[in-house]
Amino acid sequence: MRVMPPGRSGPCRGAIWRVVAAAIAAVVATEALAEGPAGPPARVVSMNLCTDQLAMLLAAPGQLVSVSSLAQDPRGSAMATEAAAYPSNRGLAEEIYLLDPDLVIAGSFSTQATVDMLRRLGVPVAVLDPAYSMADIGDRIEEMGRVLGRAEAAAQLRAEFEAGLAALREEIATRPRAALYYANGYTSGDRTLAGEILLAAGFANIAAEAGLPEGGVMPLEILAMAEPDALVTGRPYPRASRAEEILDHPVLHQMRERRAAGAVSDSEWVCGTPHVLQAVGRMRALRERLE
Amino acid sequence: MRALALGLCGLVAALFAVSLTVGPAEIGPGESLRALVMGDAGPLTLVMREIRLPRALLAALVGGGLGLAGAAMQGYLRNPLADPGLIGVSASAALGAVLAIQTGVAAAVWIGLPAMALIGAALGVGLVLMLAGQHGGSLTLILAGIAVSALAGALTALVLNLSPNPFAASEIVFWTMGSLADRSMSHLWLALPLVVAGAAVLLRLGPALDALTLGEDAAASLGVRVERLRLSLVAGTALIVGGTTAVAGAIGFVGLVIPHILRPLVGARPARLLWASALGGAALILAADIAVRVVVPERDLKLGVLTALVGAPVFLHLIWRSRRLEA
Amino acid sequence: MSLLTLDGIGVTLRGRRVLSDVSLTVGPQELVGLLGANGSGKTTLLRAALGLVPHEGLSSLAALPPSARARAAAWMPQGRAVAWPVAVEEVVALGRMPHGDGRTETGRAAVDHALTRLGLDPFRRRAATRLSGGETARVLLARALAQDAPLLLADEPMAGLDPAHQIAVMRLLRDLAREGRGIVVSMHDLALAARYCTRLIVLSGGGVTADGPPEEILTPDLLRDAFGLEAQIVDTPHGPLLDAHGVAP
Repeated sequence: MRVMPPGRSGPCRGAIWRVVAAAIAAVVATEALAEGPAGPPARVVSMNLCTDQLAMLLAAPGQLVSVSSLAQDPRGSAMATEAAAYPSNRGLAEEIYLLDPDLVIAGSFSTQATVDMLRRLGVPVAVLDPAYSMADIGDRIEEMGRVLGRAEAAAQLRAEFEAGLAALREEIATRPRAALYYANGYTSGDRTLAGEILLAAGFANIAAEAGLPEGGVMPLEILAMAEPDALVTGRPYPRASRAEEILDHPVLHQMRERRAAGAVSDSEWVCGTPHVLQAVGRMRALRERLE
Repeated sequence: MRALALGLCGLVAALFAVSLTVGPAEIGPGESLRALVMGDAGPLTLVMREIRLPRALLAALVGGGLGLAGAAMQGYLRNPLADPGLIGVSASAALGAVLAIQTGVAAAVWIGLPAMALIGAALGVGLVLMLAGQHGGSLTLILAGIAVSALAGALTALVLNLSPNPFAASEIVFWTMGSLADRSMSHLWLALPLVVAGAAVLLRLGPALDALTLGEDAAASLGVRVERLRLSLVAGTALIVGGTTAVAGAIGFVGLVIPHILRPLVGARPARLLWASALGGAALILAADIAVRVVVPERDLKLGVLTALVGAPVFLHLIWRSRRLEA
Repeated sequence: MSLLTLDGIGVTLRGRRVLSDVSLTVGPQELVGLLGANGSGKTTLLRAALGLVPHEGLSSLAALPPSARARAAAWMPQGRAVAWPVAVEEVVALGRMPHGDGRTETGRAAVDHALTRLGLDPFRRRAATRLSGGETARVLLARALAQDAPLLLADEPMAGLDPAHQIAVMRLLRDLAREGRGIVVSMHDLALAARYCTRLIVLSGGGVTADGPPEEILTPDLLRDAFGLEAQIVDTPHGPLLDAHGVAP
């Protein structure tokens, strides 16, 4: 049985009963979603890795009560240390409801059933799209500021981010060619956040040459024949999987030995937050070493 | 018989050459074979030697091994439905391999992965022989196979689902359907010793399997040591299925289809069927692996899908026929 | 010289005592008919003699290593199943396995001889699975013959054969014995046994109840005790005949 945070819950049976009663009430009064109280939400729960990080960057002290457990995992989260200070949730409707939030922030890839359930229970849910590009990041920051009632902080963060990005960008005469290569032979194209990180750092992405502007599976043969100058691979998780075995294929080792500079795409590449600037900065340093 | 041997060898050689020249990087056959043999510092040699050559060699090795193991099991059980994939030996080997990967044994010792797959295969084949044995008949054999497959498959799914690696759960398909995509020479060296050892064991069983045509008693009176034969069969099958499954996943129906097609061509002699099925199995997997690259090049179509599409109708036909015989 | 010596053979199968303390010897030129009601242990005795079932006591054959045993005795079990559609001549050639000469001149000659002797020449290349029951029995007997061992053990080789073929098989076995082999054949037909065998062994109650020449063995008392028959053996100009007139109470 889940242990409730002290002072936050009555006996468990009562808590579950509240869920059931609320569900029944919600079914009876269809879509009777009450208007949120005026002013910024006081208890916010985020249940998506990327919204977690934006919320941590923007929320007022005490405003954010829980982030997803993924945010505490340094393999995917650029803010694992900060996230450790928050109680974590696993994105289940029941546990989130019991946190008594007056706003839940979900990503558009969060489980639809959970979002629907929370809305039926009368909890306001804000769904944010992921950032698919550098330009999206500023918009997402602004959107997060709006739902948290922290527009000023958001405007400041957006300005800092955009200034930082502009400082990193420069005109490149001949861009070295780089490949993004992940588990299962997946690559990201120019029209993805990872692809834009490459572009911003002054690389050309070979996914475009291979006819994969959006990304997709790039056979190992195509990668080898393309002979990129840099090879950015995903960081394998512990406990190997066959999907990631390709990252250890002799062909990749030989490509690195012959000419390709190696780099690892890690947590800073995952979400559209100002942390991507660090990824851009490191890739730019790699490119400068190639020259 | 010599004509059959030459024909099968020629077929395997031709398919091997085709396999080397097929791939997403569209390179002319002459150019690619030259890059393979001559070798230079260019990417083409890298592609040929590190991607296509191991893939073609593994296809021949895996197919040959599975064809041979199927022919040997059928000879021993005197049942044309016996196939390592169908009766759960491959599924058990896959469970062993998955356990080796997930417990870290595979990363700790290089022999860990094939060794665990071998143990899994040995337990699977031992269990099926114990349940169905020589006197069980087709129905018992298939039921025992279903039970062993289901158990091994469920445990494999359980292990992969419990894995902390987010990619692991999606790998059930590889382990149940098999694939040779993006294998490397290291996989070949992993499987080769086991498959060669298993083949050496099984190919020597020919005369004993011939004698077994007349039943266990008659074979024993002809000087066959039936106990030793059973042990050799379990060991040889486990070596081959363990080795091939560890690197290519569980590929079904090879050991069913190939002996079925070749049996009339070798006068139904179990001994001759052994080497013929090894060659035939190599040809089948080479052809199937060419097909998955030619038919849907953009998708990683699993080999087992193709062998099942060919094999399941043969299987149904055999069941239909044995039903008529038993009626 | 004895070809088979059994001394104190006892067999227990699944907790049931099937045979106790069976001792006998079989020599060359003997055609021994092994008689007994269903379940009297005929098959078990033959299999124990070959070492195919766990047993107590000593069998000269079971003591041999398998390859030597295969050259000392040929065995035609009761099971007639041929698993694969192998050609008849290849089935018969399996008999040469203990000699390892299936492909040499001597091996082929032995196979040809066995095929001819059982009248199987027209069937040589036919699949052994596409034969009638009687034809299959002859093929399996030819296989045992091709093994060319001094001793032949056959478990009901006449089962399922028509009367003409039954007689043909018994004549063949008699000829083989006259040529110097020792033969033990389990059977049910008392008249055939009386006419062709040189010696009969009767099993009942887990042991040998009679052992000797047919005319001494097949008394009305024994026919009643061992077979439950009210019958007698009548001598006719063509040989002995079984005159059965009832079932013993």
